Amino acid sequence: MNCSELVELVTEYLEGALPEDRRVRFEEHLRGCDGCTAYMEQFRTTIRLTGMLTEEQVPAEARHALLGAFRAWSSAP
Amino acid sequence: MTAEPAAASASDLEIVRALRAGDEIAFMMLIERYQPSMLRIARMYVSTAAVAEDVVQDAWVGVLKGLDGFEGRSSLRTWIFRILVNIAKTRGQRESRSVPFSSVWTPEPDGEPSVELERFLGPGGPGSPGTWADPPSAWDSIPAERLEAKETLARVAAAIQDLPPHQREVIRLRDVLGWTSQDVRNALEISETNQRVLLHRARAKVRHALESYLAAEEAPEP
Repeated sequence: MNCSELVELVTEYLEGALPEDRRVRFEEHLRGCDGCTAYMEQFRTTIRLTGMLTEEQVPAEARHALLGAFRAWSSAP
Repeated sequence: MTAEPAAASASDLEIVRALRAGDEIAFMMLIERYQPSMLRIARMYVSTAAVAEDVVQDAWVGVLKGLDGFEGRSSLRTWIFRILVNIAKTRGQRESRSVPFSSVWTPEPDGEPSVELERFLGPGGPGSPGTWADPPSAWDSIPAERLEAKETLARVAAAIQDLPPHQREVIRLRDVLGWTSQDVRNALEISETNQRVLLHRARAKVRHALESYLAAEEAPEP
């Protein structure tokens, strides 16, 4: 496994989806390669920073409309 | 990794009980939690934002109608998104969108590498091909305040916004909202491989955008 191959497999590795022999070669390569170690670390940081983003909020009108639907539903026999 | 879809959790069942009892706050919380993703996903199957809003409204009505039949064999979230995707697909078909539905979540065959090929050694030169010529630098020397600064996060958000739609939705569900790969596959009816390819391409592009941004910041004055 070389560096340009390793960078394509990072998500597969992190998901635990690499077959055993590929995983072993992935980790072997990583141990001996500063460039790929830095890449992995950047990748993990990217995932962590993405996790710090927040989702937008639901606009009030949409919330009111849905609440109306809910009331109609819960008061129905 | 062919696990069954996760069954409803205790808190799912509690929410269902609260909804059946007419608890409006429980319903509002559910809407806050899922509505934004529901709108974006609906938008991928239909032609306009207005139709997507209709679809989501119909999906919530469908959720309420189906609530008595909810048996907890899947998580509440998976169940809600299946209802949504079914309604969105039907609406999309009625609109006869040119996109065939089976291909909606197939990765675009863009074939882009995760890292530009120029950053690796080519064949015929010194050193072994495919080895870093221009390796990434470690970010551990960057202080956390800089890495986690609003400006940096805005860069991440902008990079996600620039992604092709399917990559964008998968990275949002997985990395922004923290869904598991199984949740995403169940809710969107995509294969494990497609989900992973979309996620990997998305992450690789966001990493690239961050690397360019942080390197530009780091560069010494000329």
